[in-house]
Order: sequence, then structure tokens, then C-alpha cells
Amino acid sequence: MSAATVYVPRDASALSIGAGEVATAIAKESSARGIELKLVRNGSRGAFWLEPLVEVLVPAQAKNGDQQRIAYGPVTVADVASLFAADFLNGGAHPLCLGPTDAIAWFASQQRLTFARVGIVDPASVADYVAHGGYQGLRRALSMAPEAIVQSVLDSGLRGRGGAAFPTGIKWKTVLEQKTQQKYITCNADEGDSGTFSDRMLMEGDPLCLVEGMTIAGLAVGATQGYIYLRAEYPHAHRALNTAIAAAYQARYLGADVLGSGKRFDLEVRLGAGAYVCGEETSMLESLEGKRGEVRVRPPLPAIKGLFGQPTIVNNVMTFASVPVILHQGAEFYKNFGMGRSRGTLPLQLAGNIKRGGLIERAFGVSLRELLYDYGGGSATGRPIRAVQVGGPLGAYIPASQFDVVIDYEALTAIGALLGHGGIVVFDDTVDMARMARYAMEFCAVESCGKCTPCRIGSTRGVEVIDRILGGVESERNLQLLENLCETMLQGSLCGLGGMTPFPVQSALKHFREDFRARTPPLKQAG
Amino acid sequence: MLPAESDTVRRIVEDMKGRPGPLIEVLHSVQAALGYVPPDAVPILADALNLSRAEVHGVVTFYHFFRETPPGRHTVSLCRAEACQSMGADELAEHAKGRLGVDFHETTKDGTFSLEPVFCLGNCACSPAAMIDGRLFGRLTPERFDDLIAERQSKTSGPKQ
Repeated sequence: MSAATVYVPRDASALSIGAGEVATAIAKESSARGIELKLVRNGSRGAFWLEPLVEVLVPAQAKNGDQQRIAYGPVTVADVASLFAADFLNGGAHPLCLGPTDAIAWFASQQRLTFARVGIVDPASVADYVAHGGYQGLRRALSMAPEAIVQSVLDSGLRGRGGAAFPTGIKWKTVLEQKTQQKYITCNADEGDSGTFSDRMLMEGDPLCLVEGMTIAGLAVGATQGYIYLRAEYPHAHRALNTAIAAAYQARYLGADVLGSGKRFDLEVRLGAGAYVCGEETSMLESLEGKRGEVRVRPPLPAIKGLFGQPTIVNNVMTFASVPVILHQGAEFYKNFGMGRSRGTLPLQLAGNIKRGGLIERAFGVSLRELLYDYGGGSATGRPIRAVQVGGPLGAYIPASQFDVVIDYEALTAIGALLGHGGIVVFDDTVDMARMARYAMEFCAVESCGKCTPCRIGSTRGVEVIDRILGGVESERNLQLLENLCETMLQGSLCGLGGMTPFPVQSALKHFREDFRARTPPLKQAG
Repeated sequence: MLPAESDTVRRIVEDMKGRPGPLIEVLHSVQAALGYVPPDAVPILADALNLSRAEVHGVVTFYHFFRETPPGRHTVSLCRAEACQSMGADELAEHAKGRLGVDFHETTKDGTFSLEPVFCLGNCACSPAAMIDGRLFGRLTPERFDDLIAERQSKTSGPKQ
């Protein structure tokens, strides 16, 4: 009998709640029992409420002869001996057994295109990636003219997944049309929004998907050099990317002669250094050049004058990771998911005070309520959900009365909110919304690059004004002043940091005004 | 800065200066080697990279990740962002400050722990989160925090503890 295959995630989140210890315990127990097994350290499937989730590839006994993965979770070190005793290597019954992973309702109802392989494959293995449909998109692209690749992306309706939702194909077309020797492909992997972790999960769980997407972009616009700008807070993703890139070079998917096509594409990871503003594209380019991450004035657009002054594509991890499936399955296939002008799927991230948090990839059009209650199961504390912040620290707070809104760029804009990078942070009814509004201003003050006044000074004044309101100093007048200040920052800031910090503040004022009453003692300074 | 440290800085910058836009990469390497970016390293880097001291200093101080003082033997970074706040990060931060007897950006007197705030570790479905010396922890409670600190305290100071 061949050795059984056991999957234990090496995803940072899974490790943070004990997956590493579980993997070690399984290896130890198997050697103590003289059982040979193959331990694969996969990414996470994204159901963090079931992590550490251990899967076993059960040898071909299923009805149709296919191998099947049986899930057990959440597993602790203390459970390992009993799993062996229950013969989990053959899918044996155990209180933690969840049945076939794909049949778990939380996964079965998802539409995973971008995350099709995350949690399934060995992230370090090119062979495994290819065995699961990887590099089909690149092979297609190599047989196409650059214009045709760009047209495919344009036709798919893909919009930038970083938050701004700009049509990806248009950006690529602009870069393609520039007649210069050197162009660059840059990936914004500075996933700084609280409540978001899809970039991290993909880079740890299926890094080659990002590598493939960027390589296709290089072919599409005639760029030979790519950079992944990764935040320093993601050491696990850093290791996973470097391993995958080295493997891709080894297998000739990167380098001077991509798959014998005579075309070059080189790729390297550059680390950020803990500056939220570097998620803004021009600030990111400054940082890639080794400078302070100060926002550039546009125009010129990065597509015309970007990294080192050359035409540059800047896309988010999720955007690039959506490209392989578009090239492989066709623009039509991708476009058939979604609604209105929001085409395809979006990996949503359910975070904060939620019972069943994790990554849910669905076509646009799913409602917030479905995500919060059907997937999420309500708050972790069991208390009523009072507010939800969608789209990171610059996203609006949405009250319970608006939970029927659907996930779609335009639908969220219509209620004064934004989708951003698809992060959903849940708060129960103990949340103090004035404190959250103050935090938004404080965060902006800490993270402002300092280049424009509304952001640099406005955020500090914002904290002070909120403190006066809560301290009972001319509350009504200061509330008016706060509204005016928000308007100034919104209209006058150079980039989204100062320009969007008002969203959480204004939404808190609008939907949760009762929290802005004067109180004693006044709020304490956070971090 | 010790002579050995300035040699390290010189060696790193010589190795890397041919790369495009190298300053941040160089600073990462210096901090990885020395634990921090000594202020005395600034003129060396400026000279080798043909930048002004102001430019180098400007970059070092712009980014939260770079530190200009030596860190404690263990660096404890607590997430301060919204998802973690929704699960009690503020209370955990107060507890941590009390347990270690320091505020954020400070190092304990015995040099064992530095306490730093961090804005999102990408562990938002397992809040509240912290990172200790590059290891990520999720669903932290004050009790679990104390255990993690105690483990490191005893390792650092030997059998006396």
C-alpha cells in the first residue's frame, strides 16, 4: 500500500492557532506507529473557524474511483493520537470528522475561480500547480498576440481588485501603447487594510497563480521585469513567494526564455517597511525606488510614467491572480459571473467579531446579510451585530438596517459605502462608534505621508475635534466643524488616504450619532 | 556603532548598491544583521549610494518598520487595527503594557522585550493577533499572552526564573 497523504496548512493564520504543532505531532505519531505518510503543507482552505483543518487523501475507494479528501477539524495536538486510533488515514469516523471537504456547505456554495487551488495544492510545487490546471493560461497567452491578450482581459470585464475598481484591460492597453524599451509589471501586495487577508492567503497557498498572472501581463504589454511589493508584516508570504519564484525559474516558467518562447520575464519580491500609504500606487512606486513613500501628483499616470519613469502596470495581487483563469477559460467564461458592471468573482474576507470567519469567494451579487449570517453565523460573542466596516480602515460603517445591500461596486457606492479590497469587519453591539471614528482620524494621522495638508493636518485636527465633542465642549458647533473638516479632506487630499478617511467618520456620524454624546471621562489615547 | 557594525554596514551596501533603487533593501539587510539601523550608519549609506544624509535619514524615519535603537531580545508586536479591536485588542494592549511595564515603542529595562504596535497582520479572522519575533499568534487572551511571555522570559534568563 502506498503512503497516505495528509494535508496540514502552513498558512500563517492556521499556524497562529496551532497548525505547526499539529503537523509535528502527526509526523511524530506516525513514526512512533511505524506508519509511512506523506505530509503536505498546503495553504488554508479559508475556513478559519475549522483551522487547524487536517485533510486526508483517502485512497481510491470512492464509488467513482476518484480519490477524495476527508476533513478533520479543528484539530489540536491532543486530538492527534485519537485520530490515528480512529484510522483517520482511511477516513475513519471521529468526532472531528467533517466528511469530504468539498461537501462542507461553507465551501460547496462558493464559486472559487481565483482561489480554485488555494488549500488544495502544495504551494512550493510547480508540478502540483500544473497538475491542477496551472500555467494553462500562460500557454494560451504565448500563442496570442499582445493585443489579443489585452483584449481578453478587457472583454472579461475584470476591474482592479485593490479597491479602485478601474478596468484592468484599459490600464494594460495604455501600457501596451507606450513605445519604450523598458516597461515594468508591479504587483501591489501591500495588503494593509484591516479585515483583509486574501492576498496573503493566495501568496502563501498558491503563489504560482500570482507569478503566472504577472508573467501573462509581461507578455501582454512587452515588459520583461516584474516586482512584487510585499508588506513587511507578511514574513510567511515572503518565504512562500521566494520559494515559488525559485521553482518557476528552475522549471523555465520565468527567466530569459519563458517556456522556450524566446521571451523574457524576470520577477522579484521587494519588501515594504510598514507604511500603510504605500498601498497607494504612486507611493508604492516611490517605495520600490527606495525612497520615502510619498504620493506622486497625477498625471502622469503610472501607465505612462511609472517605476523609474517608465510605463508600468500596477495591479493588486487579486487582479493578477484572476488573469490566468481568464486566459485559460476565456473572457466569456469569467464575464458570465457577476452582475451589472461588476463581473467575475470576488474573494470576500469575513473578519473581526464573527463566528465563522474566513475567505468566501463568490460572484458579485451576494448580499451582505448572507455573508454575515449564512456563512458567518452571526457574531463570535453571540451578541447582535451592530456595525460592519467594509473595505478596510477607509471604508464606511454600515448599520444593520442596510445589511441587505449586495456586494457590487455600484450598489455599495449607492449607499455611501465602498467595497475596497473586500474585507468585512464585524462589530457587535458593544462597539463605541465615536471611538471608531476617532480611530480613523488617528490612523490617518499616523499613516499620512505628509505631502498634502488636508490629510497631514486635517487628521490631527479631526482627533482633536472629536475629543472636544466627547468632552462636551460646544458639542453642536464642533460636530458641524467635524462635518466641514471631513468635506475638506475629502475634496482636497492628494490620494485616497486623506480623501477617504472621512468615510468611516461620516458614516459613524450619520448612522450612529447617538454615540457622539459627551461623556466622562473623555476617551483615552489609543496605541 | 561598534567597528564591527560599521564594517557590516559597509559590506552590505557594497554588495547591494548595484541594484535598482536599493536603499530600502539595504536598510532591511542592515536591520536584519544588527537589529536596528544605527544613526551612524546613515552617513556611510549616503556616501556609498550617492545620496544626501537627509535623504537616507528621511527614508529611515518614514517607515515604521525601521528602528534607530537596538530592540529587546524579543519583539512583541500587537495588532491595533479594527478587526482586532472588535475582539478586544484594546484590552489586550492595556494588559500587555501592564504585564511588561512598558508602553508602545519601549523596551523593558532588562532588555528582554520590545513592545510595538502594528496595523494589521492579516490574521483578521483569528483576532486579536500578535507577532513575536516573526511568529504569528491568533485568538489571543490575556492569559495566553502571559504564557507566551513567560516562556520567553525563562528561555532568556535561564534557570533562575
